[in-house]
Amino acid sequence: MSAVEISSLGKVFNAGSANQVDALVDIDLSIAPGEFVSLIGPSGCGKSTLLRLIANLLEPTSGSVTVNGKSAKQARLDQDYGMAFQQSGLFEWRTVAKNIELPLELKGWEKAKRRARALEMLELVKLADFAEHYPWQLSGGMQQRVAIARALAVHPQLLLMDEPFGALDEMTREHMQSELLSICRRTGSSVVFVTHSIPEAVYLSNRVVVMSPRPGRITKIVDVGIEGERTDATRDNAAFFAGITAVREALRGVEMSDHVRGIEDR
Amino acid sequence: MKSRSLLRNVLPPAVFGIGFIALWELVVKGFDLKPYFLAPPSKIWQKFIQNFDLIWGATKVSGTNALIGLLVGAVFGILMSLVLSRYRTLSDLVTPLAIALNAIPIFVLVAVLNNMFAITSEVPRRIMVTLVVYFIVLVNVAKGLTQVSPTHVELMKSYAASEVSILRKVRVPNAVPYLFTALKIAAPASVITAFVSEYFGGSQNGLGSRIASNIANSKNAVAWAYVLGACLLGLAFYVISSLLEGVATPGGGSKRAETGPGARRGN
Ligand SMILES: Nc1ncnc2c1ncn2[C@@H]1O[C@H](COP(=O)(O)OP(=O)(O)OP(=O)(O)O)[C@@H](O)[C@H]1O
Ligand SMILES: [Mg+2]
Repeated sequence: MSAVEISSLGKVFNAGSANQVDALVDIDLSIAPGEFVSLIGPSGCGKSTLLRLIANLLEPTSGSVTVNGKSAKQARLDQDYGMAFQQSGLFEWRTVAKNIELPLELKGWEKAKRRARALEMLELVKLADFAEHYPWQLSGGMQQRVAIARALAVHPQLLLMDEPFGALDEMTREHMQSELLSICRRTGSSVVFVTHSIPEAVYLSNRVVVMSPRPGRITKIVDVGIEGERTDATRDNAAFFAGITAVREALRGVEMSDHVRGIEDR
Repeated sequence: MKSRSLLRNVLPPAVFGIGFIALWELVVKGFDLKPYFLAPPSKIWQKFIQNFDLIWGATKVSGTNALIGLLVGAVFGILMSLVLSRYRTLSDLVTPLAIALNAIPIFVLVAVLNNMFAITSEVPRRIMVTLVVYFIVLVNVAKGLTQVSPTHVELMKSYAASEVSILRKVRVPNAVPYLFTALKIAAPASVITAFVSEYFGGSQNGLGSRIASNIANSKNAVAWAYVLGACLLGLAFYVISSLLEGVATPGGGSKRAETGPGARRGN
């Protein structure tokens, strides 16, 4: 059973009105358990929309989404996935530990169990000493790590991430990429990851989905042929560069057909 | 560290205040201003001590009116904002009306209210204070309940949270700093409203009516002594509402307000 199964998915915003947007047309994508898939493409091609449809924060106009063999809605109600956004979205009136406990609170976990899981998650993102701090006492990168810990707190089989490292500096970003991969190795989660950075997509993913706008669709799926565990040495690996070239070529195809901006070629 | 910031925050206004009073004294003495024109601070202080029992009694009357109005108005304001945040259409109906009502000088209502109650009743004044506080609290708390971060709401939906959970865990905590902002505005306003209400008849027992009657009797320095009592009462209300904010907001209210909304969207 695949982690995510998307077939003939379409999304139209403001249907019938003058500002109708065909955000997504005819999307087919199947994600295997434990697989890491990145979505890349110019601004406005529907990456966030696709992620929200998987998360059931939006209803599709046509087609269907299943998560772990259930409807997207049932998967949301069962909290089968964890989600992290570009903005960390921490609740500033809650301590770091209490932020991580929130999804567990809503699941009806008892206090001691919640606290234990929150501390376990903080250990994982190396912020164990900051449990009682408030979000505004943390740097941007630390806040983002808390948000990821919170997304992982229910031990979801699926992780949905929308440009989570967008606000981080290059060093922190690379560090967080390695952290994310090692967390996923331990939990066995599948990941759908939106990014604007080609090297980030290639470093993290088994497959990179290249999208194009107006209307939003998948133009190519690049298989990244990096063997074995990814380490810092991977960034000097020939397969890594081959992946970057392949994704860049695919995006260039998109660019030829349409004037688009917003891809970081770094 | 702490004492240094106290020094920095308290010392300059204290020095300025003392300087201002000294200048006032000098001007009155130097130009030999007549007492009915402007009384010197030393004379006002002397009258304040002499009439302390009377001033304290009047302060209690006005302060009680202000306090009761403040509490009742805040409670009703909070309740109404919860109702409005729940029912969007009702909010669209009521908000313009609330703004319109707030724009008319509602002090005039005291005169109307005075006719409805016994001549010695304090109720009309308390209703006035309640009304003023109610609108301040309603407008601010309603804003806090509705202007929540879209990311927070999406997160709660992704946790399969009900509307009630979203209210309890996102909207209400988000509104707490707004409530204390409202109270810091409403506390001095409640004192002022309590005074001004006394100018429209009723018992001559509060600070406002005493100030008026002493001025009418050309007892300028005594009137000023009552004004001093009024200042101290307003200040006490403000200080208490500020202290409450510090206690009720984890990690320090104003600090959070500074980093809050900007940081929330920025990061
Ligand atoms: N709620 C909405 N109502 C109307 N149109 C929307 C809505 N959400 C997205 N759109 C439109 O759908 C299209 C895709 O938006 P989306 O946010 O998915 O793009 P994106 O690929 O995530 O872009 P970016 O890289 O800038 O984040 C855009 O044209 C956008 O204007
Ligand atoms: Mg987006």
